[in-house]
Amino acid sequence: MIGNDRVGVRKTHKLFIGGAFPRSESGRTYEVINTRGEFLANIAKASRKDARDAVISARTGFNSWSKASAYNRGQVLYRIAEVMEGRKEQFINDIQDAEGTSNKKATTQTDQAIDRVVWYAGWADKYSQVLGNTNPVSGPFFNFSVPEPTGVVAAVAPQDSSLLGLISVIAPIIVSGNSVIVIASMNSPIPAITLSECLATSDVIAGNINILTGDPAEIMPSLASHLDVNALDLTGITDPELHASLEIEAAGSVKRVRSSPINPQWQVTPTLSRVRAFTEIKTVWHPMGIL
Amino acid sequence: MSSLEVHPAESHKGLLSFLAGLPGVDQVGAEARAAALGTRSIKKESKIWAIDMAISMVDLTTLEGADTAGKVKAMSSKALHPDPADPSTPSVAAVCVYGDLVYAAREVVGDRIHVAAVATAFPSGRASLGVKLADTKEAVAAGADEIDMVIDRGAFLTGNFGKVFDEIVAVKQACGTAHLKVILETGELKTLDNVRKASWLAMKAGADFIKTSTGKVTPAATLPVTLVMLEAVRDYYQETNTRIGVKAAGGIKTSKDAIKYLVLVNETVGDAWLTPDLFRFGASTLLNDLLLQRQKMITGHYSGPDYVTID
Repeated sequence: MIGNDRVGVRKTHKLFIGGAFPRSESGRTYEVINTRGEFLANIAKASRKDARDAVISARTGFNSWSKASAYNRGQVLYRIAEVMEGRKEQFINDIQDAEGTSNKKATTQTDQAIDRVVWYAGWADKYSQVLGNTNPVSGPFFNFSVPEPTGVVAAVAPQDSSLLGLISVIAPIIVSGNSVIVIASMNSPIPAITLSECLATSDVIAGNINILTGDPAEIMPSLASHLDVNALDLTGITDPELHASLEIEAAGSVKRVRSSPINPQWQVTPTLSRVRAFTEIKTVWHPMGIL
Repeated sequence: MSSLEVHPAESHKGLLSFLAGLPGVDQVGAEARAAALGTRSIKKESKIWAIDMAISMVDLTTLEGADTAGKVKAMSSKALHPDPADPSTPSVAAVCVYGDLVYAAREVVGDRIHVAAVATAFPSGRASLGVKLADTKEAVAAGADEIDMVIDRGAFLTGNFGKVFDEIVAVKQACGTAHLKVILETGELKTLDNVRKASWLAMKAGADFIKTSTGKVTPAATLPVTLVMLEAVRDYYQETNTRIGVKAAGGIKTSKDAIKYLVLVNETVGDAWLTPDLFRFGASTLLNDLLLQRQKMITGHYSGPDYVTID
């Protein structure tokens, strides 16, 4: 695999929880291979307990991230894009290995992923103007509605689009102030690992974004029934039976659920629908008094 | 005050030579032993048992300058019924408050659980003996049946063990029938040798319990410190056939930590100590985590902080 006499540095990647890189509590790993069947790396196989730890970190992260100003959240997202830009070559290699695509396609996907972060960064201090409103009411009240982050979101990244799809799931969740626990593509997790290294060196609050690798079918049920998780994003769940059972589990604690899209076009510029999916609308009635 | 003057240093000769003769603690060994016991894997059934045992050992504590009678009453209700949604949850062992709020706790808990009061100029202990005794007597008169006193660390660290001893004896006397827990404040004693010395000193002076910390100093309770105290308790039992209790207080926040302490107790002094009469946790946030883990055990899904009361 490696020319000359150098001994290859074989990698065993870890999880990204609470801003740190722990091994799976279970000690398990699995191998990922590229499309030619060659060994790429060992990947940590997260267990339910890792998911539980991630929820605790995400809750801690949410408590500070949701209080950050919208302007600041935008800056932090932009900073993620900056750090990703510096690692562009690595992302392109990762995507080529993972998806077996050409250098050109991998480059396009990386560019789009970075641009997507910038796109959402711009929305940080604008989405509430679009999703919020002042409401006409019959009475002496000033009545307005504003979107607020829903809390801790457990998400499954799409299985095929290993970087652009992943970013397109994470960014709209965190831009409004939520925390996320995202399970990366099981067969192509390495771009997600590189992303976690970018996140660790940008200004993301520890615990705000947690990336797990492993089998969503194993990890998601405990997150779906977890009482301290507020919403699910089932984008990467393609098995309809698992999808249905997760929705049923989620109903037990009245979680918001974003279903798996039917034919996702990640390269198309999105709408605000993913941002809106993980917000709660707060409506305020303010007495106007006599002026 | 005068009791101190009629006990000149010579009267403590026996005590002083005993303390000087105590073997030193192997710090590396104690830490390794505590760490090894902390890695035990606890299976589900044992965990359910351990969580209920830990809940029943909690001294639910509030020791803030901002405490009010209302807060103490709310906490006392929680002490009686930690999880109102599940009546099978055991009550905690006691509530622990400042002396002037004992009445509020007693009003709510009646004689169903103990009421502990911190006394003797808690947490620093920097007051004259007269003040400390008055503090103790007032708390007992208000209805406290357990007194948590602090030792005079300044006197201890300057080698004035006799003074520390006499103070404990005097406070024990002032307690009357109330149980006396002696807080060593191990975080300020610095070495495990000192922890062993202070443990023996407190037991010889009449402590019913020895307690690690006030919770106001970091580090508070740690596994190695508790191990050394438990060993002292074990040796004292072998010598006198009297069982002294141990209270680990401060810094124990998760069920996992609490279970480590239970393992430590079982392995050091044996299961005779696995009762609220002989082992306690001084804690405020620990109880909520125990309740969350208990809910997880019973319902099968993870619970969240929205499902337990705040304070």
